[in-house]
Amino acid sequence: MTAGNEHIGQAHRRGNALRHLAGRGRFVTDLALPRMLHAAFVRSPMARGRIAELDVSDAAAAPGVVRVFTAETLNKTCAPWTGTLEHFAGMKSAPQNILAEGAVLWAGHPVTMILAHSRAEAEDACELVLLDIEEEEAVVDGDAALLDGAAPASEGIDSNLCFRTVLETPGLDDAFASAAHVVEESFTFGRHTAVTLEPRAVIADFDPSTGQLTVHQGTQTPYQFQDVYARHFGLPESKVRVIAPDVGGSFGMKLHVYNEEMATVAASLTLGRPVRFVADRLESFVSDIHARDHRVTARMAVDAAGTILAMDVDDMTQIGAFSTYPRTSVAEGNQVIRLMGAPYRMPDYRGRLSVVFQNKVQTSQYRAVGHPIACAVTEALVDRAAEQLDLDPFEIRARNLVADDAYPHVSATGYQFEKLSHQTSLAKLRQLMDYDTLRSEQAELRRQGIYRGIGIAPFVEITNPGAAFYGVGGARISAQDGAVVRLTPGGDVQCAISVTEQGQGTETIIAQIVADQLGVTPDQVKVTTGDTDTTPSGGATWACRGAGIGGETALRAGRRLQAQILAIAGAVLQADPATLALAGGAVIDSGTGRERITLAEIGRIATYRPDTLPEGCDNSLSAVQHFAPTGYPFDFTNGIQASHVEVDIETGVTRLLKHWVVEDCGRIINPLLVDEQIRGGVVQGLGPAFFEECLYDDMGQMTNASLADYLVPMAGEMPDIEIAHVETPTLDTILGAKGVGEAGTAAAGAAAMNAVNDALRPLGARISQTPMTPLRILTALGHV
Amino acid sequence: MKSPKFDYVRAGSVADAMTAYAEADGDAVFVSGGHSVVPSLALRLQAPALMIDLSAIEALSGIDLRDGWLRIGAMTRHAQAMTDPLIATHAPLFAAAAPFVAHPAIRNRGTLGGSLAHADPASEFPAAALAMRAELEIASAQGIRRVPADDFFVDIYETAIEPGEVLQAIHVPCAVAGQMVAFDEIARRRGDYAMVGAAVQAVSAGEGLQDVSIAMFSVGNRPVRAASAQVALTGRALDAPAIAAAQAALADDLDPPDDPQFPASMRLHLARVLLGRVLAKLETAA
Repeated sequence: MTAGNEHIGQAHRRGNALRHLAGRGRFVTDLALPRMLHAAFVRSPMARGRIAELDVSDAAAAPGVVRVFTAETLNKTCAPWTGTLEHFAGMKSAPQNILAEGAVLWAGHPVTMILAHSRAEAEDACELVLLDIEEEEAVVDGDAALLDGAAPASEGIDSNLCFRTVLETPGLDDAFASAAHVVEESFTFGRHTAVTLEPRAVIADFDPSTGQLTVHQGTQTPYQFQDVYARHFGLPESKVRVIAPDVGGSFGMKLHVYNEEMATVAASLTLGRPVRFVADRLESFVSDIHARDHRVTARMAVDAAGTILAMDVDDMTQIGAFSTYPRTSVAEGNQVIRLMGAPYRMPDYRGRLSVVFQNKVQTSQYRAVGHPIACAVTEALVDRAAEQLDLDPFEIRARNLVADDAYPHVSATGYQFEKLSHQTSLAKLRQLMDYDTLRSEQAELRRQGIYRGIGIAPFVEITNPGAAFYGVGGARISAQDGAVVRLTPGGDVQCAISVTEQGQGTETIIAQIVADQLGVTPDQVKVTTGDTDTTPSGGATWACRGAGIGGETALRAGRRLQAQILAIAGAVLQADPATLALAGGAVIDSGTGRERITLAEIGRIATYRPDTLPEGCDNSLSAVQHFAPTGYPFDFTNGIQASHVEVDIETGVTRLLKHWVVEDCGRIINPLLVDEQIRGGVVQGLGPAFFEECLYDDMGQMTNASLADYLVPMAGEMPDIEIAHVETPTLDTILGAKGVGEAGTAAAGAAAMNAVNDALRPLGARISQTPMTPLRILTALGHV
Repeated sequence: MKSPKFDYVRAGSVADAMTAYAEADGDAVFVSGGHSVVPSLALRLQAPALMIDLSAIEALSGIDLRDGWLRIGAMTRHAQAMTDPLIATHAPLFAAAAPFVAHPAIRNRGTLGGSLAHADPASEFPAAALAMRAELEIASAQGIRRVPADDFFVDIYETAIEPGEVLQAIHVPCAVAGQMVAFDEIARRRGDYAMVGAAVQAVSAGEGLQDVSIAMFSVGNRPVRAASAQVALTGRALDAPAIAAAQAALADDLDPPDDPQFPASMRLHLARVLLGRVLAKLETAA
């Protein structure tokens, strides 16, 4: 018997949204513990220097201050961490510890931690710390950092090259030699950062009487932090509990180890009382990880028929003074060079990656790791090739996208694709956006001096990663997940699962999936996430794995409980369990659909009258299931996006008129949440394409580190986003779902850059730098 | 981002407010809507011992006609500028500028007087006041004086208001027959401070434009009167050559700051583009 699909595939609203709207959210900052202290940090004002003098005596004596820590008093409590992994052969990074010791390595590097009865008092005391730094020349520019004789950006490294790798197919040189056309371009992709609605927040609470450390932390990966805190502070794993309550957005930013969180834990361990740190907006800009920061030179070889023969790519990415821990800062560049040309049949490829240290905030994994860069470079070159060959952008892509019946397929970079739907998606997009009408409207408006552009960008997205991502490199990052599903004595269902919720609706889809296995409604399924003491250990939520891996875990756990329930029901009813099924909150006869016994009655008997069950009948109403992906190393998804823009050629301001997405994430569990994931992702792709950039001066100072100057995309500037779907389930799982969280971000910027260049084409101008600001567009047009 | 400690007093009258300021030996800050002062405290850009809240002072509220001028109380909220019929008639550039100022929640709290006294060179109302040739009513221990907008804006965040004085009201000359106005700005995002902005007022008379008044903002350390551009337009019909002449004249009026992220050449270019567009709107309105 198989369970029905009454709720999988339905547009259920996010259950916790109403609670948040009612002001009943429980975030870390809503928690007030007895004797809790508040932390503030004195940070290096300079990008590079040596601490000549540090005097905290006045700060220690300030009103409300309980304790002041420096590297000397805090770092010894913590084993240093090093952000390298073995599968990135030859990579290096200096060990880090909590507070700056001797050298300060970026503007914002924490030097002193002050604990007071309020954050305001801690900030008052920060102003009393005497910090004298002998400034040294900072490593700011990545290209300069690689020159001979460049000073290293941190101590204990011999050069600023963190990692270099080259991928190359044997036919690369021949492909370029035989090409009818070679198009080439250099790109710069700016730095940006996550700007989550809720900033980073942590409360560490160590109880010396029990040796128990409880950390309330706004993170997507509680188990990873349980492991980090246990190992680096020498605690038994069972004595470390990490609780992620409501989390206001994460996007990859909240799964890295930060100095401030480690300091908070160290301080609580030292003082034996709760310590709270909440990053304010100013310090978020100089301590949250930044993203991207690439310079790419790329060329593409095509034959006379417009067939893509090869790409040759060189990516230099700049990551700050250290590689982040425990996932490294190499994954982004590694995915950039491996995702190039991925939607196309392109047989040959060379990709060279240089990951470079500098004295800025660390960069690391952020939503759609590497994807937007690879997509923008590939699609810009495809459009250039189309222009050379006088082909329509749809036509050149139709000629090169992998055919829908040509799977399995392996890309030139070695990625294995189970089954994708590029050609179907391309055709669907053309219809969805009414492409031909848009083109004629564009031509008409150009005659009136209005410059509109249309850009398209197919993409693949890496989802459902197995251990190949981190585990093989030695990282203690789980690729599996676990769930416990139980029937309560009253016939309700509870599911405790290791995947976590940051606002995307994880708990809602888990409830839908479990409900369908047990014949109940999702509101009868209470889902618990984000607590290492009460849920099984697992990888949690990152890299698009919540639905695909977490969902499959929930499905299998639900089926296991279903079998247990049917076995009990069979015993009670003296029926063969194979003739029974679950529906409508009851056990039914699977042949006739007739109700035989309610779940509440099963719960009652198994809990209160197990003595009435036959000898040997297992009365367990809990099922535990762990699941790790097998088969393909990743489940790739695919899709295509289109952007319609209008460039004001006098002001350089771009108006985003419309955006379209056709997306194939396999089995859709909840169309409402899938569409909102895509829309949010698109906005996070358009943000850095037009607005978001961490600007640095040549001294290594971030010059726009406030929300007055750092421009996040706002609703007023965002276009309507129309979405359509193709569904190609993965056969690796029963559920068939792949990830969708990063699809929007992967290609939105690429489509937009192609659209802007399409608008500028009649004027002979091009732009290949993000964000595409008015200044850069006016410069391209020769007005500045 | 927590402010240092400060005391707070809600003043009942302008005299009380000035007394409180004097008693604090000047270590005090006046606050009306609070949308500039409060963030500056949180950012620790200033740390006064005393905050003097002016918002409850009745004498600072009210909008009425007096002797050929519209008197607008300093405590008039941005949102009121968008709805008040007297402002729409006699101070139309305030009404036109208001939708560009931030977002509704801020406009409900922010005040015209606060905006003018703060004198951010990128903000809208100071330029509107300059273009309308407003006069600013300032109370001091010595009495009340009126300062023309041309003399009021001194430098970045600096006005003719001396420490301890209070801006009480804004006086705008009543509208005359044939008066036209237009306002626009170029901003990265809706509600942001402008990259460049322009407020224009003129009278359409039989023999061409008269009383041309052009205020550009976000082009220097204060709102800037484009005197040469005014001359280029005065007495002429508002046609394409006249507009081009005004745009060209801006080079004599503006000396924008230079910044790698926003070169002076770009600001001048945008100012010319915007002035052209604003003048074209003026034409339409006539």
